[in-house]
Order: sequence, then structure tokens, then C-alpha cells
Amino acid sequence: MTEVTMPEKSRAVPFRGGGFRPRPVRFVGLGVFVVLIALVEWGTRAGWISALTLPRPSDVLATFGELYRSGALWEHLSVSLVRLSVGSAIGVSAGVGIGILIGLFSLIRAGLVPLVAALFPIPKIALLPLFVIWFGIDEGSKYALIALGTFTPTVVATYGAVDNVDRTLIRMGQSFGLSWLSIVRKIVLPGAMPGILSGLRISLAIGIILLVAAEMLGATHGVGSYILQAGSLYDLERLFAGVTILSVLGVTVSGLIGLVEKRVLNWRA
Amino acid sequence: MYLSLRGLSHSYGTTEVLSDISLTVPSGQIVCLVGPSGCGKSTLLRMVGGLERPDRGEVLQVGAPPEGCLNPLTFVFQDFALLPWRTVEGNIRVVLEDHRIRRERAKEIVADVLARTRLTDFARALPRQLSGGMKQRVAIARALAVNPAVMLMDEPLSALDAQTRELLMDDLVSLWSREPFTALYVTHNLSEAVRLGHQVVVLSRRPGRIREIVQIDTPLAERGLGNPELERHQKHLWEVMRDEARAADEELLDD
Ligand SMILES: Nc1ncnc2c1ncn2[C@@H]1O[C@H](COP(=O)(O)OP(=O)(O)O)[C@@H](O)[C@H]1O
Ligand SMILES: [Mg+2]
Repeated sequence: MTEVTMPEKSRAVPFRGGGFRPRPVRFVGLGVFVVLIALVEWGTRAGWISALTLPRPSDVLATFGELYRSGALWEHLSVSLVRLSVGSAIGVSAGVGIGILIGLFSLIRAGLVPLVAALFPIPKIALLPLFVIWFGIDEGSKYALIALGTFTPTVVATYGAVDNVDRTLIRMGQSFGLSWLSIVRKIVLPGAMPGILSGLRISLAIGIILLVAAEMLGATHGVGSYILQAGSLYDLERLFAGVTILSVLGVTVSGLIGLVEKRVLNWRA
Repeated sequence: MYLSLRGLSHSYGTTEVLSDISLTVPSGQIVCLVGPSGCGKSTLLRMVGGLERPDRGEVLQVGAPPEGCLNPLTFVFQDFALLPWRTVEGNIRVVLEDHRIRRERAKEIVADVLARTRLTDFARALPRQLSGGMKQRVAIARALAVNPAVMLMDEPLSALDAQTRELLMDDLVSLWSREPFTALYVTHNLSEAVRLGHQVVVLSRRPGRIREIVQIDTPLAERGLGNPELERHQKHLWEVMRDEARAADEELLDD
């Protein structure tokens, strides 16, 4: 090609695309944690953060180590994990089941959607005394609280997910003469799975919040009761050690759901 | 087996969409249905396939479906309707699973239809990995797997680009030449209609009525690009349709 001489003054077309597209960036999240903790450590040591405002991270770590060595960590964690898993297993399975029924049957939808909408905004913690009367002060009331708390968001996410299943796929199933059950099992359920799983993230986070609430009454063990005891004694190191356990629990649960998503939803791009 | 449509009429609320459609889809032939958009072609096809009830009239299956037919009236959809969580193979198997077919027999059927649509190498691919043309070939393979008496195709090539459309038309022609199938084929593309149709049925704008039925006698295999006979038919069809299409186009503006 021959050299082209520009008759007028020219400039490159400015770039104005890009952005609006989150991509994974490694280690930045970890970095934020490290910087924050280092800052607090420095502040508490230098004295511009008073010991009454925030505990020193290294002290929290020491408390944590003690908790671990004494075996108390596992004692608290195991009871809490059982409560969380039993309660949320009941709540999530009932929620998915009823959510699918609401998604599939108009009558059930008309009957239950208002009820779910009425239950959703109730702070479940307020119902704890009631549950203690109904299910006893032991494990029963704790399971019930966590179950109800995880149930409502799961129902809402599930029937929303069922509503969003591509109707043309369902028509396809019908046009090939698939049975009703096959359509539900092979088209509706897998199609609703992304929505159900992202609902599960929220439900389980709520489950962890309610775990602490459930352990406010009649619990001697459990991460929640540990935190509450520390709080009432104004023992900030133990309080923070407990809160850290909950955070780690939350991150772990969310990571596990991420793994399940990767496996179950590998058909998505 | 062939299909006979008798006096089909239908309205959605107060809008009449189809009016007194009577038509025969003979065995072993492709009947193309053309008409301006919104004239009720898809509605008609859904009625023929039993996905919707007509207000008046009936669709009759005359005679017995062929031996080994699992689903006499089988759709091929414009948007493919593949299950994104199943592989190519899985998408075909899903329509066999409810029919209590032995495992080995199902395997044979899947292998056979994949070979006929030249998809054997892609058996384990997921739909998201396939181009539009390939997806539609999977959908066609799935339809062939149930050995249908009549295929109901709703603009099967409309979501594809022009080159892919040509390729798929060739595929359909060679599939038909090797083993003639019966199809009611909806399209708004006249060159598709004259390329594939033994008969072309022209519908008027809404409410859809039959304006004209054009018989095309040239064998499918001889309908290459630029065939003067086909050009003549296409020109004639366009003359019949032009005013309808314009009127339909202007109608949309005020509703
Ligand atoms: N389920 C429905 N409810 C109400 N109106 C509909 C429904 N389906 C189609 N229509 C209307 O019926 C007319 C014909 O639609 P359709 O059969 O999809 O036309 P075509 O496929 O020929 O473009 C359109 O005006 C459309 O808006
Ligand atoms: Mg249509």
C-alpha cells in the first residue's frame, strides 16, 4: 500500500468502550483484610486506638489460640454446626419443595404467596420466646428459628427461579410428549437451579445470623453463646474471636456453595 | 399418515387471528406456509401440534403413523429449544427416555440421527459451544429421533445468518431426498419456501386466511440457486404477498 498523506490534521479515534465487566482479581480481597488488621494492630500499639474501642488483633489471635488448645473451640463450634445444619436443612428443603409447588400450581401460589410475604419481614428473632414455648428451650426452638429464617428466602428464590425457566423449553418437552414428572425433573428443576443456588447463599447467611440469636436463650455452648457471654462481660478479645469464627464460617459456606455451583452449573458459560 | 386441517379459526380476545383455514398436508411432502408477520402462522402450527386449542375447526390425523413412530407430530422451533445443561447426545436422549426404549436401542437411534445430521463428532458438546446452525441441526436430529409422521417447523432457519441458512437448506434437501419426510414448514422467507416446498400456502394478513396455494413440481434436488422456474414462483409469491405485507406492517403502527 502506498503511503497516505493526510490532507487535514488528524487524530486517533479516542477509546470510549470497556468497563462494566467485573473480572476476578486475585489476592486483593486478602490484601484488604491484611491492611485493615495491620492498621488496627499499629493503632492499638501506638495508642491512637484505645483498648476500649478495639482489641489488639494479636491479643484476639492469642485468645483464639487458647480457645483452640483448650478444646473449647471445637466444643462450641460442633454444637453450632449441628444446629446450623439441622435447622437450615429443614428450612431449605421445605423452602425448595414449597417454592417449586408455588411455581407449578396456580392454586398453591394464590394461597401461599401472601402467607410467605407476610412471614418474610417478621424478624424471626422476635419469635424466639414463642418457639421456646412450642418446641422447648433445648435444641427444638433453635432448629425451628433457623429453619423458619432460611425457609422464607429459599421459597421466594425458588419460585422466582421456577418462574424464570424458559417457557419454550417446557413447550418443547410437551411437544415431544414428555410426562409431567419428566418435565419437572429434567427441565424445570435444572432450569431453576441457578436461582435456587443463589438463593441458598442468602438463606445460609441468614441461618448464621439466626444461629447467634437462637443461642441467646438456654444455650451454654455454641459460638453464639460464647459471643454473648463475652459481650456481657465486655471481654472484647473473646467477642472478636467469636465474631471471627462466624465470619470464617460464612466465607466457608459461601465457598462451598461456589464449589457446588461450579459442578452443578458447569453448563453455563 | 397425513394431516387434514378443517375450518380452523381462532381469536385472542377480540382480535381474530385465523379464519377458516382448511388445508391438507400430504404424506412425504413439505408444505410451506408463508405470510406477513403476525398473521397467525405460529398459532396455526401450535394448533396443529396440539399445543393450543382452536376456537373452531379441527386437525385430523388421517391413517396410522409409521412403524416405530414415538411422537407423530414433532416440532422444530425457531430458537432451537435445546436444554443448555445437556450435551448434544443428552438433548436427543431426553425425548427417548419416556418411551421405555431399551438402552442399546436408544444408543442406536442417537448414533443414527447424529450421523444423518453430521453431528457424530459433537455428541459430547454442550449447546453453548455450538454455532446457531449446529444447534438447529441438533434440534433436527432430536426431531428425527422420534421418527415423526409430520414435522412442524416454525421458522427453523430464521435465527441464522444467510450463509448458514443456505447450508441448512441443503442439509434438509439431502435429508428429504434420502428419506422423504412430511413437514409443515412456516417461514416468512420466500426463497426458503420455493426451495423446500412441494406446496406453498400463502396466508393473508391478520386474520390469516388462505390467499393462494402454489404447487411447485421441480424435484427438491434440482432446485439450485438461480433456477428460473423457482425465480418465477418466488416473484409470483411476492406479488401476492406484497400488499398484505405492507398493510400488515402499517397495521402494527396503530395498535
Ligand atoms: N398467546 C397469545 N395471546 C394473545 N395474543 C397472541 C398470542 N399469541 C399470538 N398472539 C397474537 O396473535 C397474532 C398472531 O401471532 P403469531 O401466530 O405468532 O404470528 P406469526 O407467527 O405469523 O408472526 C399476533 O398479533 C400476536 O400478537
Ligand atoms: Mg411466528
